[in-house]
Amino acid sequence: MFVPESPALLRIVGNRLLLSVPLLLVVSTLTFLLEALIPGDVARTIVGPQGTQEQYLQLKHSLGLDQPLLTRYQQWLESVVRGDFGTSLFNHEPVAVLLSGRLSVTLSLVVGSTLVAAIVGLLIGIAGALRSDIAGTAVDALSMFGLAIPNFFLGLILIALFAVAIPLFPATGYVPFDESPLDWARSLVLPVALATPGIAVVAKQTRDSMRVILERPFIRTLRAAGVPRRSIIFKHALRSAAAPVVTVLGLIFVASLGGTVVVESVFAMPGLGGLAVQATTQHDLPLIQGVAVYFTALVVVVNLLIDLAYGWLDPGVRIE
Amino acid sequence: MSILTDQIAIGPATHSYESARSLIRSPVAIAAITFLGVVTLVCISAPVTAPYDPLHQDLERVLSSPTAHNLLGTDTLGRDVLSRLFYGGRRSLLSVLEGVVVVVALGVPMGLAAGYAGGWVDRGLNKFAETIMAVPALIIVLVVLAVLPQNEDAAMISFGLLGIPAILRVVRSATLRVREDLYVAAARISGLSHLQIVKRHIFPRVWGPVIVQASLFAAYALLFETGIAYLGLTADPSTPTWGGMVAEASTVIQRQAWLLVPSGTVIASTILAFGLLGDALRDAVVRGEGGSINRVPRSVVTARDRDADTAEPMNGRSGLVLRARNLSVSTMRSGAEIPIVDGVSFDVYAGETLGIIGESGCGKSVTALAVLRSLPQGLRAIAGRVYWQGDDLLSMTERSFDGLRGSSLAYVSQEPQSSLDPTFTVGNQLVELIRHHQRVSRRKARSSAIALLRQVELQNPDQVARAYAHELSGGMAQRVAIAFALAGRPKLLIADEPTTALDVTVQAEILGLLRRLQRETGMALILITHNWGVIADICDRAVVMYAGQIVEKSGIQEMFDRPLHPYTLGLLNSHPSLAEPGSRLSSIPGNVPSPGSWAPGCRFAPRCRFVAEECVKTPIPLIDIGPGHASRCVRVDQIFAKASA
Repeated sequence: MFVPESPALLRIVGNRLLLSVPLLLVVSTLTFLLEALIPGDVARTIVGPQGTQEQYLQLKHSLGLDQPLLTRYQQWLESVVRGDFGTSLFNHEPVAVLLSGRLSVTLSLVVGSTLVAAIVGLLIGIAGALRSDIAGTAVDALSMFGLAIPNFFLGLILIALFAVAIPLFPATGYVPFDESPLDWARSLVLPVALATPGIAVVAKQTRDSMRVILERPFIRTLRAAGVPRRSIIFKHALRSAAAPVVTVLGLIFVASLGGTVVVESVFAMPGLGGLAVQATTQHDLPLIQGVAVYFTALVVVVNLLIDLAYGWLDPGVRIE
Repeated sequence: MSILTDQIAIGPATHSYESARSLIRSPVAIAAITFLGVVTLVCISAPVTAPYDPLHQDLERVLSSPTAHNLLGTDTLGRDVLSRLFYGGRRSLLSVLEGVVVVVALGVPMGLAAGYAGGWVDRGLNKFAETIMAVPALIIVLVVLAVLPQNEDAAMISFGLLGIPAILRVVRSATLRVREDLYVAAARISGLSHLQIVKRHIFPRVWGPVIVQASLFAAYALLFETGIAYLGLTADPSTPTWGGMVAEASTVIQRQAWLLVPSGTVIASTILAFGLLGDALRDAVVRGEGGSINRVPRSVVTARDRDADTAEPMNGRSGLVLRARNLSVSTMRSGAEIPIVDGVSFDVYAGETLGIIGESGCGKSVTALAVLRSLPQGLRAIAGRVYWQGDDLLSMTERSFDGLRGSSLAYVSQEPQSSLDPTFTVGNQLVELIRHHQRVSRRKARSSAIALLRQVELQNPDQVARAYAHELSGGMAQRVAIAFALAGRPKLLIADEPTTALDVTVQAEILGLLRRLQRETGMALILITHNWGVIADICDRAVVMYAGQIVEKSGIQEMFDRPLHPYTLGLLNSHPSLAEPGSRLSSIPGNVPSPGSWAPGCRFAPRCRFVAEECVKTPIPLIDIGPGHASRCVRVDQIFAKASA
């Protein structure tokens, strides 16, 4: 087929990777500074009111908190670059090990939710663009209720209905994929069902952007030249309309990544989000900082994928 | 279609008034405000309104369903759910307030600064917003809560800080829009300080979107607050919080599912109220800005000509390809039907070129799009027939019409570049078209595509086939668009100002190409233009349109030699290459009236220098003057007697 010449996708990837380094740096610095600058004393918090002054000073020393800020930052940054996030204050395991062991759970959850939002949302959105009345109202209502019902509440309702009242799926827990793919899928159904608000957002964006594209001159030209309706919608209009939808999918990914903090707690899944909550309640600073850097890295990767998608969807982007 | 948007103007003076008024008319907004008001009142006065102490345990009435004693039942320790809801809301609503205050107090000035100052301030703030948006908010707040355990104020302030980007962007873009307005520029010149300009002129027009954002942010803040409360990160378990109550209910989900209902419902409906209020506010603000759209006067739908409505199908006249009769298109505006094309009739014969000429906004393009059943949204063909080999194009099924697209009728538009799909190569699109029309193999279609590109005189067909629309010049893109139209070997090609967007030399080439293609294929051509040069160059007959009607039609030579309508005369005299050498070039005074404001009599009368009393009373019919020549002018005998003599 007529293959376009030299898409400069490599350059896009390069640029984005170059840009992501400072972003990661900013975020890791931010988490570091948060800990350093927030009025409050971690060592005091950890030791608690019953702790002695001696214990307090000892902990402060072992955390490095008695060093000057700049020295601490330098040491911290050096080890983070090496992939060393320190040791958990609570169970004394290396943070990097704790994190990587839980990554697959969170990824299954977040990627699953985003995919469900993408596929179902696109279908509803296209329907909404073609027949404005019913599908449109449904999307509006769904997005409103999707926003209004907190995910922890919706999750509990799903558990009450589909795990307790009608025991179709396990109420809590997670089965690794390599243990049993079927059980893995079953353990993900209810958590991923929390993607409903995402579905509504995708559907709304798809509908709006499809409507705009369907009024574009090229649609009229292609239609008048004989391109069948199905191809107009699913090939030509959808591709042009997809860029803002991809942006929204990126936002949904980031939102569901944050959402894992709650969702993994509701469904007792051993992922990064649940770990973050545990770290917070235990004042395990190295651990929570590690989670923050991990999450940001994931966001950076997703932004890279989004840029690649832009380049693929709109050849005009590749020129720049 | 600019005709539809011409009337929409943004009126700053009416802005807040219109917004407030349409808000009051919105029942959703009223319900949301009332609900939020009641919830706030009840929670603030919880010490008075709550039936029990929220901490009072009654171990004899644990997990009770709703009873007369406990209207919403009791929890795991026998505490009254209703009372706990009242008390719990105090913390939640205070948190929402904290978040909103932070986000507005910081985000609005930052957005104003970015939009008003521009330059490095704008770039810096944008970078800041981008960075924050790349971080999952919840995790950052968790870091804060790890250092300051159970400090909900700190958590909400952090959440507010992380919410700044959204409101910053909204305020920035609103400010940018206002900044360029004339009166702001005027204020700047008149010596007001920047702060005064922002305060007096910009902020009053930015507050609408700010309130919308604040309301939506309140919804998110409550969602977030109940989330961290649910996780038990903000308060010890005995303190009543909405999120904490859901968490407690979750522990007894198998024994007493009811306990989930009160807290969950209150949370969801309060968030919903904030969200709906935000949506209603947004609608109100939008309506306030576009307020003048409602003030377009109701039009008087004029009596339609019946003279041309002799709806005879094509009764075997040789070579007739298309026959339009009384074609009428209208749009709905404020409940009134506004005609845009009004009773247009014409014939097109095989191999001939029919020109449609007139100023912009006369309904030429809409006529063409109606024939192609491709009217933009909001426009509807309300009357008339368009015959194609005995069948009415307008009333046949979509399916039958699909069979004609491209293979019987084809279309070339005014803007070549935007009429190609920007996301696929030219070759990809052509192959798709050829395979649709001819059901051939991919390989065969590919070589046909190259042949077609060669037929439209493109120098490097192989290279063009691999190109995207943005890689082509205007002239090349128009040739490609013509190739698209030819892919199905149509019998009639409708070209809507195919050369308007092109350079003069390219214009001539494209016209030459169209003429050659027509000679080779024998197809008929409808050419829409406002350029007499194009008409003279290529057309056999022409119709002149004004304000949705045909005002004159005749053979091309006849029209140049003996125009029989003052509008045609005016158009001819205003054309540089046609006017007598040495004579003054005259333009027609005034503008084409927009649909909905057409005069009841002759629609050209307000601009006509021959206007007389009989012109303005009743609608003027299109009258046959000679063979193949018709004019819509009642004074045709008086005005043109001398000219023809």
